Amino acid sequence: MSDLVVDVRDLTRRFGSFVAVDRVSFQIPRGTIFGFLGPNGAGKSTTIRMLLGILPVSEGEGRVLGFDIRTSSEEIRARVGYMSQRFSLYEDLTVLENLHFFGGVFGLSGARLDQKVRDLVEMTRLEGFEQQLAQGLPGGIRQRLALAASLLHDPEIVFLDEPTGAVDPALRRYFWERIAELSASGRTVMVTSHYMDEVERCHDICFIHHGRILAQGSPGLLKSRHLPGEMWQVRTPVRAEVAAHLSRVPGVSGAFPSGEMVRYLLDPGFDPAAPAAALSASGLTCSAPEPAEPTLEDVFVALSRKRGAS
Amino acid sequence: MIPHRLLAIIRKEFVQMRRDRLTLAMMLLLPFVQLVVFGLAINTDVKHVPMAVLDYSQSSESRRLIQSFTNSDYFDVVAWPRDTREISDLIDSGSLKVGLVIDPDYARDVRAGRVARAQVLVDASDPITASSTLSNSAGIANILGVQLLGRYLRPGTPFTPPEMPVQIDVRGWFNPDLLTANYIVPGLIGVILSMTMMMITAMAIVKERETGTLEQLITTPIKTWELMIGKIVPYVLMGYTQMTIALLVGIYGFHVPVRGSLLLMYALTLVYIGCYLGLGLVISTVARTQQQAMQMAFFLFLPTILLSGFMFPRAGMPEWVQILTLVIPLTYYLEIMRGIVLKGVGLVALWRWVAPMMALMVAILGIAMLRFKKRLD
Repeated sequence: MSDLVVDVRDLTRRFGSFVAVDRVSFQIPRGTIFGFLGPNGAGKSTTIRMLLGILPVSEGEGRVLGFDIRTSSEEIRARVGYMSQRFSLYEDLTVLENLHFFGGVFGLSGARLDQKVRDLVEMTRLEGFEQQLAQGLPGGIRQRLALAASLLHDPEIVFLDEPTGAVDPALRRYFWERIAELSASGRTVMVTSHYMDEVERCHDICFIHHGRILAQGSPGLLKSRHLPGEMWQVRTPVRAEVAAHLSRVPGVSGAFPSGEMVRYLLDPGFDPAAPAAALSASGLTCSAPEPAEPTLEDVFVALSRKRGAS
Repeated sequence: MIPHRLLAIIRKEFVQMRRDRLTLAMMLLLPFVQLVVFGLAINTDVKHVPMAVLDYSQSSESRRLIQSFTNSDYFDVVAWPRDTREISDLIDSGSLKVGLVIDPDYARDVRAGRVARAQVLVDASDPITASSTLSNSAGIANILGVQLLGRYLRPGTPFTPPEMPVQIDVRGWFNPDLLTANYIVPGLIGVILSMTMMMITAMAIVKERETGTLEQLITTPIKTWELMIGKIVPYVLMGYTQMTIALLVGIYGFHVPVRGSLLLMYALTLVYIGCYLGLGLVISTVARTQQQAMQMAFFLFLPTILLSGFMFPRAGMPEWVQILTLVIPLTYYLEIMRGIVLKGVGLVALWRWVAPMMALMVAILGIAMLRFKKRLD
């Protein structure tokens, strides 16, 4: 078998005249963490659902673990784990009943199933919740239960659709630790997110926007390729005004608010003193500019701006 | 051997069934409540009908006729009018339903062995009371007539039967007491099963679609038939439970005689349940929300009870409606159940109803299977 566990070429999905996924191509090597990044509605979930054979493919082709996604979804489903964006386990079953049910559906039974359920309860720290109905559980516990349910059959690939969509930072950290563990144990993880900061842990990243791939590669590669120049930031309470002002300074190719900061990219060969001078001349309240580590968010902003301009 | 995946589904359905206490209680109470309501409230053998008597004969013979009417419990004499005009006034005002008019010659005719005449006037605006009155008075007249005939039997003399005093055909061959319960209970079992089987199956699947668990199920290696059978089996057992409850209430509460084979009844009920579970599956492939599923179930349910012959005899319907009723599984199940319960007939006599019902089941489940694709779009 090829070392590419997912290999997708020109995958397209239309809903009527709306193109949800537009000629998407990517490859995922075995054992890596693949981040599928983009805002809500970018086509992330639709792509994953095509990979699993839940949604038929409109055009293009794809293979998961060597199986054609258009014809062999049964084979694929038996070997992959899927945690969907919304909680989709049974609310009226307890934690253990949910796990036993999905284990049974994946063909596990008897002592093997019991052992697997015990292991996963431990791994996802669900001890103490075993006999509780899923509907009464807090969001974080439900997410962990959903993760456990997707791992019951030791899948070779795990598709996690927005696992950290609506959870607190502690749980986000927890999820990324589990993702790193899965990868370390030789499994491949494809994870979607719209948080730019957390996907720094991915081996490879694919930016998707309006159904199209804007860029892909390792975080380092993406930054060096799409951020030519230096990132700077200033702290200010009037972010919108400062960003607008900076945008007019020659050499500043993009300024955007981020948290309490305004970040901007200074094109190569320009003097970092020029934006600082322009800001102090403007009279706007802000700190002195300081160099910043480029982040994936900077990359995404740069990419979507470039796309918007073209 | 039953695959683990199928067992997992079946087990899960049972747990969910047990957990939804309200629905479970309703399902189990439904046959009981329905039977009591239909059996007691909707009673078409009308008793204690208020009756007026106009006795022109004024004889011991005519008093015996009146006594036969009042002894039957079907009629209560509430008025003694002086002429027929007064009777029709009383009927017009609605204060009584039936009038009995006895001929002046009644006693003389009885003594002479001629046909003695009495007239029954009935408020025909209430067809159920009317038909019940007609058959009851005919029955009473016949019984009295047989008693009178006994007088002409003399030992050693040749018997030449004279005419009966009144000759009216009595309906309800297999239900001589004209008890509604005997007629209603077998049909009601079919009605209860059709509604709950169709609704519960459709809702169970549409609910999974709504909450997203169906998508999760689809991403497992479960096969379409496993999902279908796994969903159906628990509800078949639910249907049998409902049927048993209804039967017990019918037998012990309403003294419905079950003359035929219970085994045959349960076996053929499986085919019938299959029809409506299949319809539930078909609904679940069309409806997007539980509300839609409910509406569609009702949409199918109404013609089922109105046209199948449960409420109105099919013989009275226009021909094209009668043809339409042939695609309603309850049409056949009614004949089968009434056949087993009231006539005590077996599979051979019922085959003309069993065969088309089986064909319907195969067709419905086939459509369900085709439509029940493991895709979401």
